Amino acid sequence: MFKDIAFGQYYPTSSFVHNLDPRIKLLLTVLFIVTIFFIQTYFSFLVTLVFLIVVILFSRVPVLSVLKSVKGILFLVLFAAIINLFFVSTGEVIYEKVITDWWTFRITWDGVHNSIKLTLRLIFLITGASIISLTTTPMRLTDGIESLLKPLKVIKFPVHDIAIIMSIALRFIPTLLDETHKTINAQKARGAAFDTGGLIKKAKSMLPVLIPLFVSAFRRADELAFAMDARCYNATEKRTKMRKLKLGWRDLIATLFVAGYATFIFVDRYYFLGLDHVLFPGVF
Amino acid sequence: MAVVEVKNLSFTYSKKTPYQTHALTDVSFSIEEGEFFGIVGATGSGKSTLISHLNVLTKIQSGEINVLGLSVKEKKNLKSIRFSVGMVFQYPEYQLFEDTVEKDVAFGPKNMKLDKEEIDRRVKEALNLVGLDYDLYAKRSPFELSGGEKRRVAIAGVIAMEPKILVLDEVAAGLDPEGREDILKLIKKLQKEKCPTVVLISHNMDDIASLADRILVLSKGRVEFLGTPKEVFKNYDRMNELKLGVPLATRIQKKLEEKGMSFSDVCVTADQLAHELKRISAKEAENV
Ligand SMILES: Nc1ncnc2c1ncn2[C@@H]1O[C@H](COP(=O)(O)OP(=O)(O)OP(=O)(O)O)[C@@H](O)[C@H]1O
Ligand SMILES: [Mg+2]
Repeated sequence: MFKDIAFGQYYPTSSFVHNLDPRIKLLLTVLFIVTIFFIQTYFSFLVTLVFLIVVILFSRVPVLSVLKSVKGILFLVLFAAIINLFFVSTGEVIYEKVITDWWTFRITWDGVHNSIKLTLRLIFLITGASIISLTTTPMRLTDGIESLLKPLKVIKFPVHDIAIIMSIALRFIPTLLDETHKTINAQKARGAAFDTGGLIKKAKSMLPVLIPLFVSAFRRADELAFAMDARCYNATEKRTKMRKLKLGWRDLIATLFVAGYATFIFVDRYYFLGLDHVLFPGVF
Repeated sequence: MAVVEVKNLSFTYSKKTPYQTHALTDVSFSIEEGEFFGIVGATGSGKSTLISHLNVLTKIQSGEINVLGLSVKEKKNLKSIRFSVGMVFQYPEYQLFEDTVEKDVAFGPKNMKLDKEEIDRRVKEALNLVGLDYDLYAKRSPFELSGGEKRRVAIAGVIAMEPKILVLDEVAAGLDPEGREDILKLIKKLQKEKCPTVVLISHNMDDIASLADRILVLSKGRVEFLGTPKEVFKNYDRMNELKLGVPLATRIQKKLEEKGMSFSDVCVTADQLAHELKRISAKEAENV
């Protein structure tokens, strides 16, 4: 049943990347995403590709699962690329057609390069983000976020409350999904149709599912609050963690690896001013 | 005539992912018209998955199922199969949603596009059948009823559709002993008066032994036994291995046999055991 299945796309196995500290993974993912926006040359994109392949190999997640999440946004990426292609009008012109006197349809080399780079950037971004969600359970992610937000306690930001709310929400998503599934089945068995009619009719036909779902969500919330109270749960006290996060040698290696990659991208951009000119003379 | 025919049914959840589970493997059986058909099996043995195939809530992956002669594979049969197989799920009270009992029971018949009078007639009849007085309960909110009453309303909602086959998934779960006794009596009554073919999933071997004509025993998605209660429960050791056990009467009989008593037949209900014991003591009296 759904309850056996961790929410999200977590891929259960044990690997170098799975065993990294979630805080390190979060920080490194942020670093990676920022770095991607500094990529300027095709050579850097090639290096990024190699970097991602290495990471995927070390995470022991099948490439197919990673590609699946890329597939989800493919449409968006293509859309952005096409818009870019049409609206960049600097650089050497490839094709030009005057449509009205205030708009000339124009495709330029700059536009083509921009579109390709935008596409690559978005795909790499999603790949990076999906690697962290494939290799980290939502619970560990929440632990990591809580730990990273700890400094905010100084300004009275309720870090622990937010974290416990997040973990409870995450914990109940599979349960509620399971329940939704069951309720839909029960109403279907009574002849309910969920996919016919117009928008209003469709929305109305969801009521037989939504009402029982809300009723049970409130009941569960009530029961959970009771259970927590009965165990004297108190969010304000200084609490210790059952699973303590600890940094290890893996985290050091991973940090060095990603930092090395990021350094290369920045050096390529700001020191060599784009290696493409050197590596592929004449083409760019 | 067989109203349900299942041939070589196999089903896998989350195919080709790390969560892949083979819920059913090569299951075949058929259910005759007018039969009380019991299904037992340990938790996770695939019972719910199996019955959700019977009214096409789960899309068939491999094998074949015919319900009242209609194949579940054909889309055009969907509606008529759904309306002829009445499904009462585990904890059916959680599917109530309308603001009055009457409206909730009418939900199924309404979806069948019956006319108003027919719907009213069926709602009344269904509520009275499940033992809830129409005048007392019709206008109340289903959410303020007791657990047992809610369950009756949910069952009435299915009965009102007048299905040809009634499928019940652990209807007695979570009720007190009296409540479960009442619900089981109700099912017997429903079979007699409304819907002759009944499929019942239960974890309680005593209930199943006294109610069912035939029993299907599932283990890890495969058919372990299929036969009358006597045929099934004579496999005393295997049933215990499967963590299902046997009815109390059979257990007592086994103990008595260990003490040296010999019986001519397996007993699965208290009545049968009492009968056997009477026969034996009469024979002993003769011999003296
Ligand atoms: N929606 C689902 N997704 C993935 N696996 C599932 C799903 N539903 C059931 N399973 C798995 O399929 C197997 C059979 O489940 P099923 O619900 O049919 O068992 P059951 O015999 O009805 O058990 P119970 O007596 O607890 O109701 C189990 O191993 C279960 O974990
Ligand atoms: Mg079940």
